[in-house]
Amino acid sequence: MHELGLVSGILDIVLDTARGAGASRVVSVSLRIGDMAEVNDESLAFAWEVLRDDDPLTAEASLEVEYVHPRSVCGACGASFGHDRFHLRCPVCGSRETRLVAGREMDIASMEIETDD
Amino acid sequence: MAEKTVDINSSIMSRNERLAGELRARFAGAGTYVVNVLSSPGSGKSSTILATNERLASAWGMRCAVIEGDIASDVDARLMKAAGMPAIQINTGGLCHLEGNMIRQAVDALDGAVGLDALDVIFIENVGNLVCPVDFDLGENLSVMILSVPEGDDKPLKYPGIFQHAGALLLNKIDVAPAFDFDLEGYGRVLDDLNPTAPRFEVSATRGTGMDAWAGWLAAQVEAARSGDSSRR
Repeated sequence: MHELGLVSGILDIVLDTARGAGASRVVSVSLRIGDMAEVNDESLAFAWEVLRDDDPLTAEASLEVEYVHPRSVCGACGASFGHDRFHLRCPVCGSRETRLVAGREMDIASMEIETDD
Repeated sequence: MAEKTVDINSSIMSRNERLAGELRARFAGAGTYVVNVLSSPGSGKSSTILATNERLASAWGMRCAVIEGDIASDVDARLMKAAGMPAIQINTGGLCHLEGNMIRQAVDALDGAVGLDALDVIFIENVGNLVCPVDFDLGENLSVMILSVPEGDDKPLKYPGIFQHAGALLLNKIDVAPAFDFDLEGYGRVLDDLNPTAPRFEVSATRGTGMDAWAGWLAAQVEAARSGDSSRR
């Protein structure tokens, strides 16, 4: 993946939201990243260190990442089950008709800001 | 001074996802089925598209076009045009995947040249890469992943994301499997767990092996999408 591109997209959304909320600085930004998304955490942290300096609002902001473990739901028996990157078949009934419901997300969950008032 | 939490709950990819949603609605409105073709460089994306087009045109009377994504050159677009398909070349200039805004421009160009309504299928030949294209929705109906035998049977273990993401899996250059000691059974076992729902086809695009089965399945998907089921696979 292109972590520099991802971080630049994150900062666009964060800066827009921060200005809209009247922030004097952004303290931290929280992401939710699925284990099955093609994102490398070291590369993400590096891109964040580099690009956050481009705006004084985010220059000291920290980046927090919550990794989401994959979950699927079985279309045959309805079981909901957690799994690794490689085993998506239903562990209860063995069905192949499963649907991934978590583990691929790349979301900005929230951020902490300071305001002057 | 006050500190507070602001909920955002937005996808990092929201810009691309919005564009993909617009493209998907536009494709559905025109009755055009879009296939995003993913693989490493050299595994046979172009020859598979050519051989699939031949069959869709002759057996089902379907008109296909191609959007070509490459770092540089128009080699593939010229190849497709020579085979009678409308083709638009995108040069990404180093970017290793296609994004929604590039597809929108290419679709505008196709629409102007032949009219989107006149096209049954558009193949998007993505940049050869097993990592980056996965997370960029292009508004397609189907993502098809092509692995070729010489790349080795261990690729799903090394690049699980793309094998998991694909709605159909082609194993190309099947005619040379004995020469490469490709473990077909072991490869199948990994995919049984990694992507249990995607249908698999063993093909040789240049020799024609298995291509009728693949093209027949694809034609059925195109027809099904027309009758209302247009979810992304």
